[in-house]
Amino acid sequence: MAALNSVFVCRSASWLAAARAAIVFILLCGGLYPLLVTTVGSLLFPHQATGSLIVVDDTVVGSELVGQLFKAPEYFHGRPSAVDYDPFSVGGSNYAASNPALRDRVAEDSQTIALRYGVESSSIPVDLLAASGSGIDPHISPESAQLQAERVATARGITVSQVNELIVDFTEGPTIGVFGQPRVNVLRINLALDGKEASD
Amino acid sequence: MNEVIIIYAVTLLLAWPLGKYIAGVFKGGTGTGGTIFLPLETGLYRLFGVDPSQPMSWQGYGKALLKLHLVLVLIVFGLLMAQGALFLNPDGIDGMSWDLALHTAVSFLTNTNQQHYSGQAQLSYLAHTFGIVTLQVVTPAAGMAALISIVRTLLSRSDKKPQTSSDGTISVGNFYEDITRAIVRVMLPVATVIALILASQGVPNTYEGAQTATPLDQTAGMAVQNIPIGPVAPMVAIKQVGTNGGGWYGPNSSVPLENPTPLSNFVETVSIVLIPAALVFALGFLTGRRRLALVVMGVMVLMSVSLTSVAIWSENQPNAAFAGLTVEGANLEGKEVRFGATATALWGSWTTQTSNGSVNGMHDSFNPIGGMIPMVDMFINVTFGGIGVGLIGYLLFLLLAAFLGSLMIGRAPEIAGKTLEAREMKLVCIALLIQPLLILGFSAITVAFPALTGNSNPGFHGISQVIYEYTSAFANNGSGFEGLGDDTVWWNVTCAVNLALGRFIPILAPLAIAASLAAKRSAPEGRGSLGIDTATFGLMTLAVIVMFTLLSFMPVLILGPIAETLALMS
Repeated sequence: MAALNSVFVCRSASWLAAARAAIVFILLCGGLYPLLVTTVGSLLFPHQATGSLIVVDDTVVGSELVGQLFKAPEYFHGRPSAVDYDPFSVGGSNYAASNPALRDRVAEDSQTIALRYGVESSSIPVDLLAASGSGIDPHISPESAQLQAERVATARGITVSQVNELIVDFTEGPTIGVFGQPRVNVLRINLALDGKEASD
Repeated sequence: MNEVIIIYAVTLLLAWPLGKYIAGVFKGGTGTGGTIFLPLETGLYRLFGVDPSQPMSWQGYGKALLKLHLVLVLIVFGLLMAQGALFLNPDGIDGMSWDLALHTAVSFLTNTNQQHYSGQAQLSYLAHTFGIVTLQVVTPAAGMAALISIVRTLLSRSDKKPQTSSDGTISVGNFYEDITRAIVRVMLPVATVIALILASQGVPNTYEGAQTATPLDQTAGMAVQNIPIGPVAPMVAIKQVGTNGGGWYGPNSSVPLENPTPLSNFVETVSIVLIPAALVFALGFLTGRRRLALVVMGVMVLMSVSLTSVAIWSENQPNAAFAGLTVEGANLEGKEVRFGATATALWGSWTTQTSNGSVNGMHDSFNPIGGMIPMVDMFINVTFGGIGVGLIGYLLFLLLAAFLGSLMIGRAPEIAGKTLEAREMKLVCIALLIQPLLILGFSAITVAFPALTGNSNPGFHGISQVIYEYTSAFANNGSGFEGLGDDTVWWNVTCAVNLALGRFIPILAPLAIAASLAAKRSAPEGRGSLGIDTATFGLMTLAVIVMFTLLSFMPVLILGPIAETLALMS
């Protein structure tokens, strides 16, 4: 018993015990735990570990999980972003519904899109006018892609049905029919339009 | 809709066995899982130099808890200020200012994770892992330890004489044994499993620095795109499962790198409520009062479903600013296409019921009623609540309901066979009333000096932004109306005060109450006692919670979100 007691040198509520416990917890929870997960996780899922990068001809062209800014007519365009798709300054607009600045932005974008595609503003999908929370949302809704199909086809000199086929191919439905919303990954469908294949 | 029902069902079905396991872990002796974990724990006790079998009085327990926290906050504060000069910093990030470091350290120390910075650009990997992740594991474990200690002392059915500590006062257990078991047997194993699932879905998981990509459309004006990564998966897992909420990236789990797929969103959503709900079941298994646990669960689920339904309804309404400019559809401003409005509203409500505070969409851009629900959730703060502290908060309302209920049926106030007297009720009132006092007091001062507010939205919503921020700080939640310019000395320091008081008073006062009650002679619970495990008493507690919240906060809700709604309708 004496030998055992000599191990416990601190009174349980002492400062020394607190300091020793703090350091041990930092090493265990802040050192060992992330190191273990990172080691096992990157062995099991190496592609995901470094950001799900897409590599074409030895060049990193982006990440499946990070949207990009598209402006050229031959590409599908993504959602409005409050941070111009810069992943280091991610964020949403944080405009309240009552903020006049939000109304102004949506009105301007709505008019631009209505003119560009020759449609009524009341038929523009919401996601094409609403800024995402992250500012790097990689997806648009299938409806937003369909709205752009004719423009993309014209700019590329291909048929609208070819573009529509591609949209169908790249539309992901809800997981097991329940979780999440139908969506199209803008970077991936644009890569397919360019005929570029990811070497992973 | 099916998505919501499935998530509720899966969470509660997983919480039941987990609650049973947690109760076993703390049931005295070596506890469930002892054969696997005890050797590691014994090694840890030797490193601390403490004897885990030494009983502690409530003061000793409280002191041990506070001292450990104080040492941790000093280390993390130093780490945040010095990170620029230290290692594990591949992206060359600078140290924080003193006030931002103070706020950040206190915020994570209190299990709040309110962030006045953006992690991907303002924290090194060293600060993220050794500083932030450490606190994200230790603080929920501390909350769990405090809850177990209070429940053991207050509601234990055993007729054994309560154990006393060395100075003859009532023992509430040993803090180091409780917190170590909570970390080693609950927090770390659960977080590891979730982290690996998230890693499979695409959450980055490496110590490598940021990646550089060459965007496809070079005419769009972005020549290169730098993509911040890091050991994100272990942090996101513990942030979700530990009612922490502080993410790697500024906009939290709305960022696809932090929450890549609907499946990761499902796992992260379930993780928000999993352990808080498991602890309600654990209460039943630990004390043998299973009916009480079921009644408490019933009240919490009732509150959760009612408030969440309103949030989901609201976010499926169009955003007023979009009227006539688009298809008439759900509010998607600040939301992600892969999740949609319903899954985002569900998350927004759960994250504020549990004091988690992570988000998968921007609450600032919710419709006014949708944005009011998170505020109401945080005012109540005991719908599941933070790990440990949520149920402790519920027990305070339960004591208040028992006091009022006993008086209503003309009996001397009592609970579990112990009389409730002036000392206990004073402590209950202090712990409950400090909430409106601090939130409303600080909000009033800040709104009175517009130079302090840092509002990004005008009008009534500006008032909501201020109230939300202090409510979130006191509730130890951490979510925000994030447009608020809150990295100022005023916001950092006043929030730090709210954070600390909102954490430690609601832990220490109930600990004192439990010890005080345990020291009293126990009258056998019989037919004449107040039945705290009946549906009637559950409704009584619910009524007390609703009345207390409405009386304290109805006026500010009218000034903020309700006025905003009316203004938009006119």
